[in-house]
Amino acid sequence: MNLTLHVWRQTGPRDKGGFETYRADDVSESMSFLDMLDLVNEELTLAGKEPIAFEHDCREGICGSCGMMINGVAHGPQKLITACQLHMRSFRDGDEIWIEPFRATAFPVMRDLVVDRNSFDRVIQAGGYISVRTGSAQDANATPIPKPDADRAFDAAACIGCGACVAACPNASAMLFTAAKAAHLSYVPQGQTERLDRALSMAQRHDEEGFGNCTNHGACQEACPKGISVDYIARLNRDVLKGTLSKAGSTSGD
Amino acid sequence: MELNARIPDHPIDQMWDRHRFDMKLVNPANKRKYEVIVVGTGLAGGAAAATMGELGYRVKCFTFHDSPRRAHSIAAQGGINAAKNYQGDGDSVYRLFYDTVKGGDFRSREANVYRLAELSLNIIDQAVAQGVPFAREYGGLLGNRSFGGAQVSRTFYARGQTGQQLLLGAYQALERQIHEGTVQMHVRCEMLDVIVIDGRARGIVTRDLVSGKIEAHMADAVVLGTGGYSNAFFLSTNAKGCNVTATWRAHRRGAGFANPCFTQIHPTCIPQSGDYQSKLTLMSESLRNDGRIWVPKRAGDDRAAGQIPDAERDYYLERLYPSFGNLTPRDIASRRAKEMVDQGHGVGPMKNGVYLDFRDAIQRLGKAVVSERYGNLFQMYEKITGEDPYEVPMRIYPAPHYTMGGLWVDYELMTTVPGLFAIGEANFSDHGANRLGASALMQGLADGYFIIPLTIGNFLAEHSRGDVDENHAAARDTVREVTQAQERLLAVKGSRTVDSFHQELGRLLWDHCGMSRNESGLREALAKIPELRERFWRDVTVPGSGDTLNQSLEKAGRVADFLEFAEVMCWDALTRDESCGAHYREEHTTEEGEAQRDDERFAHGAIWEFKGVGEEPVRHREPLHFEHVPLSQRSYK
Repeated sequence: MNLTLHVWRQTGPRDKGGFETYRADDVSESMSFLDMLDLVNEELTLAGKEPIAFEHDCREGICGSCGMMINGVAHGPQKLITACQLHMRSFRDGDEIWIEPFRATAFPVMRDLVVDRNSFDRVIQAGGYISVRTGSAQDANATPIPKPDADRAFDAAACIGCGACVAACPNASAMLFTAAKAAHLSYVPQGQTERLDRALSMAQRHDEEGFGNCTNHGACQEACPKGISVDYIARLNRDVLKGTLSKAGSTSGD
Repeated sequence: MELNARIPDHPIDQMWDRHRFDMKLVNPANKRKYEVIVVGTGLAGGAAAATMGELGYRVKCFTFHDSPRRAHSIAAQGGINAAKNYQGDGDSVYRLFYDTVKGGDFRSREANVYRLAELSLNIIDQAVAQGVPFAREYGGLLGNRSFGGAQVSRTFYARGQTGQQLLLGAYQALERQIHEGTVQMHVRCEMLDVIVIDGRARGIVTRDLVSGKIEAHMADAVVLGTGGYSNAFFLSTNAKGCNVTATWRAHRRGAGFANPCFTQIHPTCIPQSGDYQSKLTLMSESLRNDGRIWVPKRAGDDRAAGQIPDAERDYYLERLYPSFGNLTPRDIASRRAKEMVDQGHGVGPMKNGVYLDFRDAIQRLGKAVVSERYGNLFQMYEKITGEDPYEVPMRIYPAPHYTMGGLWVDYELMTTVPGLFAIGEANFSDHGANRLGASALMQGLADGYFIIPLTIGNFLAEHSRGDVDENHAAARDTVREVTQAQERLLAVKGSRTVDSFHQELGRLLWDHCGMSRNESGLREALAKIPELRERFWRDVTVPGSGDTLNQSLEKAGRVADFLEFAEVMCWDALTRDESCGAHYREEHTTEEGEAQRDDERFAHGAIWEFKGVGEEPVRHREPLHFEHVPLSQRSYK
């Protein structure tokens, strides 16, 4: 098939950027979307032009590197996959495809489709962990965890940190990302001690990074390649509220 | 080159414990005076940086990714072994040790492997304490499954995303230390050389991938957790960014490179579908637990899988290896698949695969159970091929996946350059000539959480702290050399892309130094690689400049290093004139077609010393002694 691509090109964070149009010819339907971009980049390189910068690594949907907007949708038209898992059989000969970076204040564009998502790391730094020293753990089977809890913890922990939730949200909120980690750790007994403090400090950091508020659109859940549920946001909000109240309680009691 | 493995003189089952007592300690107040560089943030590097930060060292950690969480450990699917014996099926530390030495076809160091098996217990405890959501049974206790090369169920798993969950555990521990201020994290910062001063590693040279700035970072010790080199083959299951640069640069600065020809070809990957393909996708080996591998008995049989009755199918692994069946070790499963395809039994549009069939498992267990175990893998397969594995069998074929070879290290994980350590896949220590499934995660975490944080103290306690800085002549020279190499790449302005050279190198290595090798093929590769390298430096084109984010330039540097490294891989395969594990020399096979070892001449690790680009490297040996696992022909019949 032959395609027309409109790709966002931007040399750096301060450049204004804009779309450029390229042709992608003789694209096979069993190619992956990124194979197709590779092909375009080989042609650009041979024509003496700079190839399109885009992030990618594992190319099997788990590292979370390859976020981009494809025809206005984070990771493209297919549900529950990342851009690297999208194959060209989802397109038709003659299609026009618009390719843009994820856009959010907290994700500045570095070049073309590459954005800076270190704000996510800083949200994790604020408390997205269980404080355990290496070597200080008890036997792994000492605390049984009911299977449904373990399964729910896993569902939340499946987040790959790609940022599609932020790109899809009209407020550029990262509540699904933040809530997924907080929820994962809140479903296991090991995570209870720090649970409310974790919720408070992660939520606070989320706001400080410039992500918007959640107003329950649910666009994040639709865009999430791992199908992470917005229910976790409610869980996080409940923990934030509990944490705030218990803090207020303990302050007035002092 | 001096090779002293420094194996402690204690009985093997007390060795690590007593060695921990023998090692010198750095007192807590002094730890913060020492700086340690960790390169790489996968299971090994991430765990090491977090734990050393926790202990009080000042850690500087580097990754070329945008975040430590992207390291390729994230993609490991199947599981992690540990000798917990929670199933009560006869497992023990000794059995895991035995299986690993035997699975490695007697080319690993017993002392290191025993320690690995012991530490496997601590890893699971640690991961559960961090909140890693391993699979559990309905009673709430941890579940296990079996894996290739073992007859017990000792593999812990988190659906098909075990690597992801373990890496996120290590990543979160690392982010906690970054928050505490003990670890200084440098993302999008690629290591391009090691700074060696008076024979000791004192720092690294990096390129900031955003600003292009090339600079020196100094420390009292340097730890490389930079992974393996399967991408030498271009097409592999490794992430696109995986490369040999860090370990190759260390090698050029004096670190011995051990067994580079020990490259593992994973049996269950999705077959190639065309020439444009940029990488291959692994389907977890755990699928072999319930999937049955077969090909049509008649070569060239074009019928759809469902049309071929059982009597006309060859379940060749079950036929050849009745006691292990579909769970034979990876090297054997891979080689047999190649044999079937070479003999014309291949299936699929390009006749380049074998079937992995879940029909019987779905009948026996029901679709729900199969989906629970492998759902995400089935989904991944369908997205790539457009075929539904619940309805038609998967097609699989072997692909480069993991490299057992790596920087030579002693018992304390130090390379031949004092102060330079290598952990995880970057070193050579534990898997011999073939790694068993679910053992890579185990080794990365054992090295990172439990070994290097202690052995580094033993080194630092005996070596004076840093009195050298970035202005030292050696540091400035190294920065200048890296800068010049980059300028050379940009100045060629030839007519071919970096990828086209990488593909050509990959094909050459796959044909002559891949799943099976022979003398004339290896000699041919050794003649062609220098030619290809010369053409690269004459005709490559790298667009853009050095002072911006330039992905072509990053790739060019990595391919330039693969073009040097490929030669030592072939030298190693040529001079190891035997077959063992994944190294299969066509000249050396048993009557049954298995790898024929030559213990008299080759029961040693081969360690290569760099003598200059294009110069024949020098081969050294570390003799291997098998006192606990008697040398024997592997049998999985």
